[in-house]
Amino acid sequence: MLGIRLIPCLDVTNGRVVKGTNFINLKDAGDPVELARQYYLDGADEIVFLDITATHEGRDATIDLVRRVAEKVFIPLTVGGGIRTVEDIRNLLNAGADKVSLNSSAVKDPKIVKKASDKFGIQCMVVAIDAKKVKKNRWNVFIHGGRIDTGIDAVVWSRKVTELGAGEILLTSMDKDGTKDGYDLELLKEVSSSVKIPVVASGGAGKIEHFFQACESGASAILVASLFHYKELSIKGVKNYLKSKSIFVRATD
Amino acid sequence: MRRTKVAVIDYGFGNIKSVINALHYCNAEAYVVDSPLRISNFGGTILPGVGAFGPAVDFLRLKGFDKAIRDYVNSGKMLYGICLGFQLFFTKGYENGSHEGLGLISGEVKKFEFKDELLKIPHMGWNDVNIGNSSYAKKMFFSIDNKENFYFVHSYYVTPEDFMYVSSTCEYGLKFCSSVAYKNLWGSQFHPEKSGGRGLKILSNFVNEVNK
Repeated sequence: MLGIRLIPCLDVTNGRVVKGTNFINLKDAGDPVELARQYYLDGADEIVFLDITATHEGRDATIDLVRRVAEKVFIPLTVGGGIRTVEDIRNLLNAGADKVSLNSSAVKDPKIVKKASDKFGIQCMVVAIDAKKVKKNRWNVFIHGGRIDTGIDAVVWSRKVTELGAGEILLTSMDKDGTKDGYDLELLKEVSSSVKIPVVASGGAGKIEHFFQACESGASAILVASLFHYKELSIKGVKNYLKSKSIFVRATD
Repeated sequence: MRRTKVAVIDYGFGNIKSVINALHYCNAEAYVVDSPLRISNFGGTILPGVGAFGPAVDFLRLKGFDKAIRDYVNSGKMLYGICLGFQLFFTKGYENGSHEGLGLISGEVKKFEFKDELLKIPHMGWNDVNIGNSSYAKKMFFSIDNKENFYFVHSYYVTPEDFMYVSSTCEYGLKFCSSVAYKNLWGSQFHPEKSGGRGLKILSNFVNEVNK
């Protein structure tokens, strides 16, 4: 059986891990290489790095970070944040990333998703969608770290990126992110039932029950940041809990 | 002890960095090889690969790797194909049209097609495999338990005509061949370099076979 993936997400800036609440008020959470290695040993199924300042700052630090992590961590690594060109993608993949996640740049130039997917394969092409509810059953895609409303329907956009060659969608609820109220299950159901590719749920986990809810609402994988970083929950604890609910997960050692 | 030298074929279709890192972890020395003339210098070679079947096999042919790889396997040296590299072993692939593969194993590479909407494509993530009973399967999965999980990411699967090649099977909507091992020819649909400790163990087993 294919397992539900648990994916610690390390938001990085200036070589350190941070995690914001509603995308502001950053707190320092630790050294990325050490954290990634620890999560790998703890049984993480993948690791995501989101370079949250990359749009404004240089990318070399991130590439170096990926290179160092890939030497020690033998599970898939995804990198997102500030990726704009096919060349940026090539550099990250060459450094040892397995997937790249595009967000604002995919909205501004959807052709980059197709170009990169044709070139490197759909398995490495993740499109990250930051969605915010604007009315009943309608979520819009926001870009630039949630600062700009594109007016695009998130469900329509999910279908569009699938056609363009995305292999996975990383779906963050801006309403829920940092609240610990649980995932936006309506949004998750809408998007995951609209596309054939896997959807990663992100934003809002606060209690262990929230993980089961996300699995039941169509998530193929679940992204977690602060709950793991601040050791409120462990990967093993969440996996044991999901197993007790008859959700298949990869065993941790 | 001298470190075992393993060639990693670089033909522009793979995350070779991860394979190299994993080989280093397994105490092998990895050499990136982009010319077919050079692989005969190595007792073991890895053909990695992600992306689409057609362009990959076209590029291998263009560079002359197709003949070099066939000669290499016929000489009895160890070859391991990963993911797309594994699929290229077969006779024919159907990714965006029909393409001739390397033909090392008779069989086709077909697309997953499911009516069940819950079965997402690509098949992406960790799935458990059933290890086969052949002596070659036992070498490949030496000191790995049955039903261990490995990391997969693929939309196409291989269908070998001859079951003797199959060293493990996996289930996703249907039962498919997740790896082969027969004599000096090994391959896996899953990524051993991304499958944590169990994946590294398979690569170590490969390095040990190269040393024999």
